[in-house]
Amino acid sequence: MSALKIKKGSSKHSAYNLRPNFSDVSETHTLAVIVDNEPGALARVIGLFSGRGYNIDSLTVAEVDHTGHTSRITIVTTGTPQVIEQIKAQLGRIVPVHEVHDLTVDGKSVERELALLKVEGEGDKRVEALRLADIFRANAVDSTLGSFVFEITGTPDKIDAFAELMRPLGLTEIARTGVAALSRGV
Amino acid sequence: MTRQMTGAKMVVQALKDQGVDVVFGYPGGAVLPIYDEIFQQNDIRHVLVRHEQGAVHAAEGYARSTGKPGVALVTSGPGATNAVTGLTDALMDSIPIVVLSGQVPTFMIGNDAFQEADTVGITRPCTKHNWLVSDTKSLADTVHQAFHVATSGRPGPVLVDLPKDVQFASAEYTAPREAKTSHYQPQVKGDMDEITELVEALETAKRPIFYTGGGVINSGPAASQLLRELVEATGIPITSTLMGLGAYPASGKKWLGMLGMHGLYEANMAMHDCDLMINIGARFDDRITGRVDAFSPKSTKVHIDIDPSSINKVIKTDIPIIGDIAHVLEDVLKIWKSRGRKVNREGLQKWWAQIEDWKKVNCLAFTQTGKTIKPQYALQRLEELTKGHDRYVCTEVGQHQMWAAQYLGFEDPNRWMTSGGLGTMGYGFPASVGVQMAHPESLVINVAGEASWLMNMQEMGTAVQYRLPVKQFILNNERLGMVRQWQELLHGERYSSSWSEALPDFVKLAEAFGAKGILCSDPADLDDAIMEMINHDGPVIFDCLVEKHENCFPMIPSGEPHNKMLLGEASTKDAIKEGGAVLV
Repeated sequence: MSALKIKKGSSKHSAYNLRPNFSDVSETHTLAVIVDNEPGALARVIGLFSGRGYNIDSLTVAEVDHTGHTSRITIVTTGTPQVIEQIKAQLGRIVPVHEVHDLTVDGKSVERELALLKVEGEGDKRVEALRLADIFRANAVDSTLGSFVFEITGTPDKIDAFAELMRPLGLTEIARTGVAALSRGV
Repeated sequence: MTRQMTGAKMVVQALKDQGVDVVFGYPGGAVLPIYDEIFQQNDIRHVLVRHEQGAVHAAEGYARSTGKPGVALVTSGPGATNAVTGLTDALMDSIPIVVLSGQVPTFMIGNDAFQEADTVGITRPCTKHNWLVSDTKSLADTVHQAFHVATSGRPGPVLVDLPKDVQFASAEYTAPREAKTSHYQPQVKGDMDEITELVEALETAKRPIFYTGGGVINSGPAASQLLRELVEATGIPITSTLMGLGAYPASGKKWLGMLGMHGLYEANMAMHDCDLMINIGARFDDRITGRVDAFSPKSTKVHIDIDPSSINKVIKTDIPIIGDIAHVLEDVLKIWKSRGRKVNREGLQKWWAQIEDWKKVNCLAFTQTGKTIKPQYALQRLEELTKGHDRYVCTEVGQHQMWAAQYLGFEDPNRWMTSGGLGTMGYGFPASVGVQMAHPESLVINVAGEASWLMNMQEMGTAVQYRLPVKQFILNNERLGMVRQWQELLHGERYSSSWSEALPDFVKLAEAFGAKGILCSDPADLDDAIMEMINHDGPVIFDCLVEKHENCFPMIPSGEPHNKMLLGEASTKDAIKEGGAVLV
């Protein structure tokens, strides 16, 4: 009986690589999950993503029905179509989950994110920051002689663009809420 | 009717109202109020196990052999953490169990109190659902919900964590019929269009096969009955996973035997070459599929499963049907009959001729020669001498488990208890305790390897205390047989830590516990020894010394497709390639 001669580190395969390729192309999907607002509900959703190796690009959660005690979790996730389908099926399996909507495939949707940006600077940079904030319809919600805190709402792309412009003008801190999304129309 | 009572009394009342007759458990500080209530009643029997893992496996054995949920009761901290393996085992194999755990009082939670553990946090990924009851008012309702969740849809384990102050406080009891209706109501009826598509495929298929799994057994006796009717009426061959053995009788004419890594040659070849695969309550586990990109390349795949997440998880399905097996099979039969009971007779005839050819390979053949018992021979004799009995079989995990699946025949569902998904060594003995509690008059045998068996051997105390005549049939090769087999095939015969030194004298061990021990090492004595085991009215440890280096065949090497099976020692040379070596 012969041994297998396996060189150390020569084997790149894992059980997962041997899965069939339904499609290799990764897609980004926004999912809305309606869940009972009970202790541990968010941990179940997050645990599912970490336990099964799925990605979370963004996650927001808050109670949306104070009488029925249900929360809406908005998750932006990336994966192949097969992985996205698995994520939805796995989310649907969680006992306190009532509904799972894929806003990316269910039709058009609006996505918004809120961000707060602290920009520190003086002189021309300060003026330029204000001017750009105006163009992006960002509001200064706090000002000192050496700093502003801007509030901006928009798509994640818009916020990325604004933050990029603020960076050379003295951006020191940024806080983002993550995406909230709703389907368009009725 | 509502009644005022303490939380502890509510627990016992809720269990009674849920039809529970036996609880497997181990007391401790945080569950003392519940134990006090158990002491003061006679409807529910409590079985004191010797380790909490044993309690959960016993509850699993009870559940698998009865179809009813099993119940375990453990204390906080270590009691709950010891239950984790059993919970995970039940989650993987979809076994309905309810575990009740004690917790430190609510005002102590988070203080690192004595015997405190974040039980709901720890068990969240290994239960179907769990609850921390923070108010006695919601306790009864939560216990009823727990039973509902454990037994609805795809069954699974649930845990209810009960802080000690919640057990002491009083509130009004909620009876099951007054409990809140859960929004958790999985779909049981399959889609009629999909079912019709399945029937159409079934009518024309030249090489169809049924591939059934534990879902048929979980669906209940009606599902097995309908499956048998469908198989007999259509004449289509059937194979099953490890978990599904007994749904279709092993003596049935259409039975091909188990499929998968150590499945039968004819079953795996038929899976590979079929043109229509009808998966009924199985989940395309990696032990079944082997290499997925070469899995049954020419077939249309139908998948009937109650869990939508099983569909397209591993293998792309052409006709997915989400629903309960019994409901779906009933509709399949109805539609198939109404369309004139058609099958492709000519195709099926050729298909069966091909299958008969594969059967001639006789993949389970072995030769018993010399003075050493072959493990296969031991199981063949066990089968011969016990098959007429009202028999339940448990196993541990490893070579003996595969041999048991290959050489024992199961005629009915719920007769075979084995750890399939998780592969838990130490499962079988406590499971046999649970089975015997549910079926006191039946012959309950645990086919074990000596290494697995030692993992939960403390349960001998339980077996003796409750006079449970469980038969521990240990195939003793003084090795971790399956580990050793993989080391032989894969790691240059370097047997790293895979043999058992300092094994106990099992006969003396049995006697030390007040049970009977039987040693058998000669094939000539085997039949008499097995008869002695069967006829002894009490627990028996049967130490069957077997061939030490026997390998378990047939075998699909890791990373290979079904038609690359190894049939025996001669075919193992360089069998597992680099890619397969990293697989388990």
